[in-house]
Amino acid sequence: MATAEDRVKADIEREDALQGIGCSRKRKEDPRFVQGKGTYVDDVKLPGTLYADLVRSPFAHARIKGINKEKALALPGVHAVLTAEDLKPLNLHWMPTLAGDVQAVLADEKVHMQYQEVAVVIADDRYIAADAVDLVEVEYEALPVLVDPHKALDPDAPILREDAEDKDNVGQGPRKHPNHIFNWQVGDAEATERAFDEAEVTVKQEMYYPRVHPSPLETCGCVASFDKVNGKLDVYITSQAPHVVRTVVSMLSGVPESKVRIVSPDIGGGFGNKVGIYPGYVTAIVASIVIGRPVKWIEDRMEHLSTTAWARDYWMTGELAADKDGRIKGLKVDVLADHGAFNSHAQPTKWPAGFLSICTGSYDIPVAHVNVDGVYTNKSPGGVAYRCSFRVTEAVYVIERMMDVLAQKLGIDKAEIRRRNFVKPEQFPYETCLGWELDSGDYHTALDKVLAAVDYEGLRKEQAEKRAKGELMGIGLVTFTEVVGAGPSKNCDILGVGMFDSAEIRVHPTGSAIARMGTITQGQGHQTTYAQIIASELGIPSEEIQIEEGDTDTAPYGLGTYGSRSTPVGGAATAVAARKIRDKARKIAAHLMEVSEDDVEWDIDRFKVKGVPGQEKTMKEVAWAAYNNVPEGMEMGLEAVDYYDPPNFTYPFGTYLCVVDIDKYTGVVDIRRFYALDDCGTRINPMIIEGQVHGGLNEGFAVAMGQEMPYDEEGNLLGNTFMDYFIPTFVETPHWETDYTVTPSPHHPLGAKGVAESPHVGSIPCFTAAIVDALAHLDVTHVDMPHNAYRVWQTLHELGADKRD
Amino acid sequence: MIPSGFEYHRPSSVQDAIRLLNENEDAKILAGGHSLLPMMKLRFAEPAHLIDLNGLAELKGIRLDGDTLCIGAMTTENELIDSDLVKQHCPLLVDVAKLVADPQVRNRGTVGGDVAHGDPGNDHPAVMLALDAEFVIQGPDGERRQAANGFFLGTYWTGLEEGEVMTEIRIPPIPANGGYGYNKLKRKTGDYATAGSTVVLELDGASCKEIRIGLTNVAPMAIRAEAAEDLLRGQNIDEALIEQAAELVMQACDPAEDLRGDIQYKTHMAAEMTRRSIRDALARAGS
Repeated sequence: MATAEDRVKADIEREDALQGIGCSRKRKEDPRFVQGKGTYVDDVKLPGTLYADLVRSPFAHARIKGINKEKALALPGVHAVLTAEDLKPLNLHWMPTLAGDVQAVLADEKVHMQYQEVAVVIADDRYIAADAVDLVEVEYEALPVLVDPHKALDPDAPILREDAEDKDNVGQGPRKHPNHIFNWQVGDAEATERAFDEAEVTVKQEMYYPRVHPSPLETCGCVASFDKVNGKLDVYITSQAPHVVRTVVSMLSGVPESKVRIVSPDIGGGFGNKVGIYPGYVTAIVASIVIGRPVKWIEDRMEHLSTTAWARDYWMTGELAADKDGRIKGLKVDVLADHGAFNSHAQPTKWPAGFLSICTGSYDIPVAHVNVDGVYTNKSPGGVAYRCSFRVTEAVYVIERMMDVLAQKLGIDKAEIRRRNFVKPEQFPYETCLGWELDSGDYHTALDKVLAAVDYEGLRKEQAEKRAKGELMGIGLVTFTEVVGAGPSKNCDILGVGMFDSAEIRVHPTGSAIARMGTITQGQGHQTTYAQIIASELGIPSEEIQIEEGDTDTAPYGLGTYGSRSTPVGGAATAVAARKIRDKARKIAAHLMEVSEDDVEWDIDRFKVKGVPGQEKTMKEVAWAAYNNVPEGMEMGLEAVDYYDPPNFTYPFGTYLCVVDIDKYTGVVDIRRFYALDDCGTRINPMIIEGQVHGGLNEGFAVAMGQEMPYDEEGNLLGNTFMDYFIPTFVETPHWETDYTVTPSPHHPLGAKGVAESPHVGSIPCFTAAIVDALAHLDVTHVDMPHNAYRVWQTLHELGADKRD
Repeated sequence: MIPSGFEYHRPSSVQDAIRLLNENEDAKILAGGHSLLPMMKLRFAEPAHLIDLNGLAELKGIRLDGDTLCIGAMTTENELIDSDLVKQHCPLLVDVAKLVADPQVRNRGTVGGDVAHGDPGNDHPAVMLALDAEFVIQGPDGERRQAANGFFLGTYWTGLEEGEVMTEIRIPPIPANGGYGYNKLKRKTGDYATAGSTVVLELDGASCKEIRIGLTNVAPMAIRAEAAEDLLRGQNIDEALIEQAAELVMQACDPAEDLRGDIQYKTHMAAEMTRRSIRDALARAGS
């Protein structure tokens, strides 16, 4: 007779064997990648492939006086040279952007930015194509260049977009100048003004969030293959949203959506960069349709950094009103947004500044107002969510910086001022004054845990001692709240398609399963974690569950992977679809055991008859029966689909703390310690979460400490190679300490919130905070990124802090 | 990122390489290729012929000639790092090589290529100035030697004549009562120096008998900070003198502004790296 203890042990073993939710299961993807056996777009080799290469503008703003293709066409092996004139009859010389604007596929009469696509060469191989690009002669007439967004709306500013000059709306509301794209306001302006008028204390800080590029290791590219016989178009593409690409390609090309197949194979990182549609894709697709052969286009690194989507470029002014105790009475955020030559930022369609209005952060702020103006400049177009939900990085940056500015003004400790303003645990769900419903949180516990872990008091004491000796040590503290999991279709759509996501699960007769999702992994480990969700829900070992994504011919329609939406939306769809299967399985199990469905209970991997030990049917047995012995009137088979439209966003949060020492003679910042506590609700695979946090911190470190895309006055992009653009190696990257609390989301079927972007969003202001904190005794309230040695030294030198005694 | 077409040659000897170099119009020597190939991929350089020295064993290897350390021009950075002879006779070069670019580049990049390319950002030229090295050069008319001092004439412009190949680098020993210091400030692994300073000095009691200061990437070519050397030579070096020397180093600099820093920053960093190198050199000489 088994003891109770034996039974518990057996249950635990049975559960562990599934490798379900909570298991640090090794990533299924890795054996393939570490053996070099991944299949990226450039690995796709179709017979008869031709190669595309682009002629790009050396000027930031110029009129095209003429294009001579003759020499290029005369080069043996060149099949075609296409320009805007050639695309015009197909109406494909311009394409719509996700933001309601249009972008030139190939420059139509004018170029608006350096490296803009002017012509495409199609040739037998990429070497001939590159030679032919040099032979295309383009005559330009240079025009005045607009680089500074602050001058974009001047009366005498050069007008950039002549195509849109007469439009009073370029997709996101009324505009007041030919270089103006939109004005977006949220919140109660009058009440906010009143709060500021009546406040005991106000603070104001200007800050620039530089233009940075997500820079995944794999650049963008595609292989387009049009079969002239059956009219079918296959496109292998570096896309984070293959289903949306299918819809857009069908709309643009006129090929019915049923004959367009988009495949996102292995993707070498996306980070928001691979959400949009780029001219290179369109030209390759057009060329394949025209020529009837596969056409491959793969960008090089400079093309990638120079023309594909970047992030941020926000000139922000934050203002806080508060009482003398530091309790916040109001918030104002004003932004000038540089969107470049075309408004091709990738946000849900109705959100011109993304979710910037989450800028009240983790704090109970009674009233706020946000104002954003977007403008055109002669720079590459973009404004994507670089490892963050839409513009949340900017929102967290401005509120976290302002909390410190207020703390410094009032002489209140930076941890204490946060504690005084936090939304309290009992206030959840909490409606922010700008319209968000924070689902759950316990900010105090997270903060206290971090302060105790690092001995915050001890660090402050050490800092005081160092300051007395003239040494510079800083402590950065950030208590952020993110909004991810876009999103409820009532708020969010892409070109009219609601931002649901989907899962389709099929259990085979012998009990293994396949699941296909509308999302697409780019390194997140979906093949591992989705299987764990199904394992826990259906009692099938995750090793026996195959996960497939990225092929629109087989996967259900979904909006893709970005904005930390896979777990909140795709993961929810997976859980719900699995539960539909379990409901059917329960009926089959009851039928097999000849009992009422109500008498059956689920237990890890089997159905048991309540109160009758030994009366049970495993999911494996039920699966077999589903194909030969189902209750009368029931369809055979065991599968389900779910299109999950989330009722709300999820709101992961965390407390990060950073300790830096600054070499005052060189400006080199040593990040001595970085402690990151994340709360992403239910943790599906702790090891993958830790990996995601490390990755996000690395990218946050990169942004804060070195990444920028500066332009000179002529609109030349400086630093568009990896010599200058900062991609840290493990030599530069600090050591990360990670920690967690678990506050499940009340509305997500699993309680999970998503995590991959929190470390990016949360760490960036933490680095800035640490550097400012090191200089706070010198009355410094803010220093703009990037905090490379050069810039830090400039600040130190202006302060005279680098002087020798 | 795709170079124009070129013809590839793999000579069987140095003589063969020199013949190929002189017979072909617009020919370039290929050593490690880590400067040349990126320029070719950007089509900033479009040589018609590449003469690859990588097969020539006679250009490799490290040996002693008396107390002079002789390094084959095609010796890679990693071979320098791993060499017991270099560790023993010129540990400075190990310190330098370890900070050249990244491990991949150090596997292919050669010390001769680094010196002969004439890029002010390369690390070895200023080190060779400070070490008072001598270069062995072969051309159609035979072999000659030239001192590092005076070899670096401008950006991509050295004392190497057209049709010549650098074959060996000869480094005199640092005296027993000498010391060296090497400090390089860079943004990240793989980057060129924002500023670098190499100091080699010899003491006579407490007095500085000889000192050479080589500066990296703060002028169109690697330079010596001669005024600072003159100030320090014959003196008992203390912090006050180091400060004065640092001022003179700044006056010697003529850097180009780029994303590493403006002229002011680079100039100040050349001075700061020099302060640290002098202190390091004194500490080593005293120990």
